[in-house]
Amino acid sequence: MSKTKIVGASSVRVDGAAKVLGAAQYVDDLDFGPGLLHAVVVESTRAHAKLKKVDVSAAAKAPGVVRVVTGKDFPYMFGLYMQDRYIFAQDRVRFVGEQIAAIVAETPEAALRAAKLVKVDYEELPAVLSLADALKPDAVLIHPHLDQYNKVPWFFPRAGTNIAHWRKTRKGDVEKGFQQADFILEDVYTVPRYAHCPIETHAVTGLFDLSGRLTLWASSQSPFAQRNVMATALKPFGLTHKDIRIVTPYVGGGFGGKAGVSMEIIAAVLAIAMKGRPVKLNWTREQEFMNTSQRQGVIARVKLGVKKTGQIVALEHTLHWDAGASAEYGANVVNAVGLSATGPYRVPNVKIDSVCVYTNMPPCGAYRGFGYSEFHFGLESHITRVAQAIGMDPVKFRRLNAIREGDVLAYGAHMNPGDLRGAIDRVAKEIRWGKKEKAKPGKAVGKSLACFWKAPAMPPNASSAAFLKFNEDGSLNLTVSGMEIGQGFLTVMAQCAAEVLTVPVEKIRVETPDTDRNPYEWQTVGSHVTWSCGNAVRAAAEEVKTKLLATVARAKGLKAEDLFLADECVKSRKDRKFALSLRSFVIDGIMRPNGNFIGGPIQGTGMFMPEFTSALGDPETSQGGHPNVHYTVGCAGAIVEVDKETGKLTVLKTALAVDAGKAINPELVDGQIVGGIVQGLATALYEDIRYGANGRLLNPNFTDYKIPTALDCPGEIVPIILETAQPDGPFGARGVGEHTMVACAPMIADAIADAVGVRLKTMPLTAEKVALALRGIDYETVKGDSLGFCFRGRPCDYPFAVGGAK
Amino acid sequence: MIQEIAIRLNGEVRRVAVAPNETLLDVLRGKLGVKTPKEGCGRGDCGACTVLLDGKAVRSCLILAIEVDGQSVVTLEGVGRDKPTALQKAFIQNNVFQCGFCAPGVILSASALLVEKPQPTEHEVREALAGNLCRCTGYEPIVATVLEVAQKSAKKKPAARRARS
Repeated sequence: MSKTKIVGASSVRVDGAAKVLGAAQYVDDLDFGPGLLHAVVVESTRAHAKLKKVDVSAAAKAPGVVRVVTGKDFPYMFGLYMQDRYIFAQDRVRFVGEQIAAIVAETPEAALRAAKLVKVDYEELPAVLSLADALKPDAVLIHPHLDQYNKVPWFFPRAGTNIAHWRKTRKGDVEKGFQQADFILEDVYTVPRYAHCPIETHAVTGLFDLSGRLTLWASSQSPFAQRNVMATALKPFGLTHKDIRIVTPYVGGGFGGKAGVSMEIIAAVLAIAMKGRPVKLNWTREQEFMNTSQRQGVIARVKLGVKKTGQIVALEHTLHWDAGASAEYGANVVNAVGLSATGPYRVPNVKIDSVCVYTNMPPCGAYRGFGYSEFHFGLESHITRVAQAIGMDPVKFRRLNAIREGDVLAYGAHMNPGDLRGAIDRVAKEIRWGKKEKAKPGKAVGKSLACFWKAPAMPPNASSAAFLKFNEDGSLNLTVSGMEIGQGFLTVMAQCAAEVLTVPVEKIRVETPDTDRNPYEWQTVGSHVTWSCGNAVRAAAEEVKTKLLATVARAKGLKAEDLFLADECVKSRKDRKFALSLRSFVIDGIMRPNGNFIGGPIQGTGMFMPEFTSALGDPETSQGGHPNVHYTVGCAGAIVEVDKETGKLTVLKTALAVDAGKAINPELVDGQIVGGIVQGLATALYEDIRYGANGRLLNPNFTDYKIPTALDCPGEIVPIILETAQPDGPFGARGVGEHTMVACAPMIADAIADAVGVRLKTMPLTAEKVALALRGIDYETVKGDSLGFCFRGRPCDYPFAVGGAK
Repeated sequence: MIQEIAIRLNGEVRRVAVAPNETLLDVLRGKLGVKTPKEGCGRGDCGACTVLLDGKAVRSCLILAIEVDGQSVVTLEGVGRDKPTALQKAFIQNNVFQCGFCAPGVILSASALLVEKPQPTEHEVREALAGNLCRCTGYEPIVATVLEVAQKSAKKKPAARRARS
């Protein structure tokens, strides 16, 4: 890799000034004039019921109301990977909070008042609120027509059950592997649901104009995927891709929750119903919790066999996921885990079953980490326990089994470059692994180190594109359709173009997308846009560079191969004095002695699609495909103080090392590490979702669902970046955004165990649980009923045969 | 009962007719075209709607517009319009914010703190910002930058520092 000047430097964010000086616009900041209409949705109060009657007559007559819409008006389904979700509930409701009708009114207050006048007659159906209920042989079916749904070819739903997808991965011979093992440990770990909690809730305004074109201004990570989902679902209105336009200004936090399509399609159909007038639909904080998507809960059984020398010989990992009432996105989380639940280790014999189960809970979907945080909790906790059981240092055990470049993955493809052992060494050193820390009176101090890996989960042909054009002064506009959701995407793209063109980053304007004007991008998910769109931008910049050199060569009678770019000029290797500034010709061309001009406006395009991937693995083993483009590896460590009386946990220090391939902007990578650790620690220490026995979410607000404040941060966070180049990445880069929260939960569980000898196997890892355990009280016996699905009943009583069979 | 109020908004007197149940946040955003105070929760949990009311950081979603008649309101639009403040410059330079949705509230809370207490301790900074939720940054770069700006201002004005102690 040749030396870079702009790539690898911490450029100032291209959106920094707009956000700090008050210029940045988010969807709800856009003005639509006095014609704007406001919508409020009527939601189900039942987890599972037949809709006998939806009486909107009183609401329709209420002052200020212009239209009431129900499922009868729009009986259509949608979904990203599987169309199993209704725009409005049809004959039945499937979760508390599901949209039944919508009021469109002149003011938000009028819409809200009228929504209360809608009368819904329900006929209760048995609600399926736990995995155990969902997987019973005679379970109530949540989707009786599961076999008729459109879906991607790599999903395997089981008609006549509540199983939306079942990913099986088989490598080697797991039975033989366990026979060879000197020690086998088997246990169950549970992770409840979590909420994304972006500070900006979902917001969208739609306009179906008088010519019949639909524009949505949306807070979204996925403008093009949204357009595609809408074009599919709204075909009955004659809408094609070119008739739908998605405009996405700045997004106030995504974390996966604004990927795909959720409530945006409601605004789309309301706009269609109100042709000619814009309609705004903003989710309240409560709706943000209840009806977008949550992170799936999971019960995972891990069985690990090892030699007494420490080598892992076999892994059986069985995961049952609570997808909620629709699995159109969540099933792909389940799929991703089913392929990768070995963690970043060399495992010769593997049996993974990752099973996606419908329940009458709110739908789930993508959340930063895409299933990896969930399965790492059990797997990494288990790794530490197994190492200790055979008398081996857990760090040494991890180092011994760490995956390396070229290793055969569970599905048969080969591991990409990545320095996991280097990451382990750096973090172990940073937390003074092996050195006992002094504890204050009444406290105990524990240490831990947990590894992680993650690959982007995407269709094999997910692609990116980029346009670059020059302005008269040699500045450029770069258009891409990855979303700036805070990670610094726009800045990193500008840096990629600036590096190739030797132009300062400040001279490149790059803005959030509009599907009419910007080139294609599949979605901003999976931490893949730096890699994928970065390649597209680099290709566009290379095309521009070729044109620049060719234009100068032609105008000046030089050879293009003798020319190069430096300091915003075309220079020559043959003539050191030759330097033609870009701004002198990129629009107006170069004048020849006879007065003719050569050239014209210089622009370039680039695209990227990984051409080596395939989702066509064998459904029974996953062998034969190449579903993942690459994994990013790393590890995190912590020093944690535990109050032996109250169980209160204080994270004194954390360190996290991630192999970024190439940190295009190291300060932004640090930002991902620090932010990811705090978000990951939040799932371990604070966030505690609660459902009532009727399936209603009990804490859909920040008073009762705690996310960290500035007072709740670790004493010290040390970000560590490793750079083992990704051969097919832009300048060697690969993604790091989600990875930084993946190891946090097992890291805390291990630190607690190290400090006070208590092993928690159910998240979150609250002070309450620690304090109870220190008193010898089993949390399961005192927990009450108002909890997440995972904790209904004791996890060890759960019927753990795969797919629910006893 | 609609009533006209007058507020000094970012230095200019603005008159606006409000209903008694309208929040300051709704009036700022809906009637006065000031969009940097954001609604994140509508119940005082998140701090995205923070504005300065007579110099004090408050949550505009919990205040009725009719109550602030005659008072001064500052939003991010009114901070550093002609020249960014030292705090704003440092926030930009240090790549502090990510999605930026919490930034208006954080900047106002931090600005109010630095006026009231130009040399805060780290704990005081964290306490002053504890009402502004941020889901992206992990708060570390925000806190570090506020402390950095405070330290730099102390170096610039040694006399002022002595005067306070």
